[in-house]
Amino acid sequence: MESVSNRVVALENVTVRYRAPEVRIRTFKEYVIRILKRDLRFKEFTALSGINIEVQQGETIGIIGRNGAGKSTLLKVVSRVLVPTEGRVWIRGRVSPLLELGAGFHPELTGRENVSLNATLLGHSMRDVQERMDEIIDFAEIGSFIEAPLRTYSSGMVARLGFAVATAWEPEILILDEVLSVGDEAFRRKCQTRMENFRSGGTTTFLVSHTMETVRTMCSRAIWLDHGRVMAVGEPQEVIQAYRKAEG
Amino acid sequence: MTNSLARSSEIYDSSRRGNSALEELRGVFQYRDLIFQLIRRDIVARYKRSVLGVAWTMLQPLGMMVVMTLVFSRLFHQIQGYPAYVLSGLITWTFFSQTTTAAIHQMVWGGALLNRIYLPRTSFSISAIGTGLVNLAISIIPLVAIVLVLRLPLTVNILFIPIAMLLLASFALGVGLLLSTLAVNFPDVSEMYQIILMAWMYFTPVIYPETMIPPEYQRWMFTLNPMYHLVKLFRAPIYEGRLPDPQSLLMGTVISLVTLVAGWIVFSRAADRFAYKA
Repeated sequence: MESVSNRVVALENVTVRYRAPEVRIRTFKEYVIRILKRDLRFKEFTALSGINIEVQQGETIGIIGRNGAGKSTLLKVVSRVLVPTEGRVWIRGRVSPLLELGAGFHPELTGRENVSLNATLLGHSMRDVQERMDEIIDFAEIGSFIEAPLRTYSSGMVARLGFAVATAWEPEILILDEVLSVGDEAFRRKCQTRMENFRSGGTTTFLVSHTMETVRTMCSRAIWLDHGRVMAVGEPQEVIQAYRKAEG
Repeated sequence: MTNSLARSSEIYDSSRRGNSALEELRGVFQYRDLIFQLIRRDIVARYKRSVLGVAWTMLQPLGMMVVMTLVFSRLFHQIQGYPAYVLSGLITWTFFSQTTTAAIHQMVWGGALLNRIYLPRTSFSISAIGTGLVNLAISIIPLVAIVLVLRLPLTVNILFIPIAMLLLASFALGVGLLLSTLAVNFPDVSEMYQIILMAWMYFTPVIYPETMIPPEYQRWMFTLNPMYHLVKLFRAPIYEGRLPDPQSLLMGTVISLVTLVAGWIVFSRAADRFAYKA
């Protein structure tokens, strides 16, 4: 175990509990009526329960488990989207989520305008964006199309541009929901090289994947979640084996 | 790439967060470039496929003014320069109704994004108000033209307009944030609000003269109506060529700031729960 000073993420007893009305209440009127009739029952759903994890800088953590096991919720907690119902999340460094590339793109804006919008959504300043603009356009292989509205792009071009923006800055903590398969073989290799560089440069990565092979080859540690609980943590090979055995 | 990551000092601790309203304010300052980009997106995208482009921002209120003048100028003949009177009221009202409605819709649109990445959650409401302010500034141009055409006095008092805009924007942001907080829980707040807006407009002297309302009703219809004061703050310097009366200035300022602070606090407090709603 490395020293505590290299710690970048610490989850202490993190619990996420959704509380939803048993019947979906769509209107304000219905809500008021139900309150008056005292007919408002709630159903609780625990997405994560008492999670304790410490992650050191440079680790690549693979998260595995069935659908609905809490994998995405865990990523949301780490990326600050979800504040846990109980427990504590401690993070040192900026978190860059690489989920669903191009979310927030606007079809009527040009590629260039979309780069600015997307990069600022990820928390970068316009000064940073201007500095990296040419590099982003280059990497995405968009060429002169960059001045055309996004609606004229092929889906491959959109994904490439999304990836180029999201990875233009070396992240401190990277969040990956399923490994990306962007564009053609050549571009995929380029993406992979960039990811490798991040990892050797000290980026800490959280990765959710259903492909055990990816977790085995890419991750330094694996976490198996089931029903919001940690079933096993450790050497990817061992965790995957335990998971497979339980799944039958 | 260099490995300069080891010494990052940016620390987030979910158990040690300060006052939510102040944290939100700090976040907005950090993400100020995003807000600028969102405003730009809204303005650029809105007119990109239209031939006349931004000119529509001026033509729309002018068109409404023409219709109102044709219908009402006989009825309200006691108002001097009715087109300028109604236009100044209409652009104020349009700003308020459009920005508050947009704030709700932005929240719904942005909700999907807020569920994936961290952003200061007021960003969308603020950018909705910002977009409205740009449109409002543009639509002042035809208003000034109409004032000149009607030979109404155009005085130095027009310089008060930016203050009126700022107060109006504060009030709209406060209302927008309060409504967004509600709308996250109850999607049909937005439908209900449209009806309220319509009634509210008729309770505010936008198209009719104040004097039409009997004095015994004026007290509760006007004095307690924030939009009454805010419309006056906007109308006095440009249509009447004088500074607004102190009572409206005082009421307008107090109501706007109180609404803004209240909306900001309520929204920031509820914001942590938004991600639980999806």
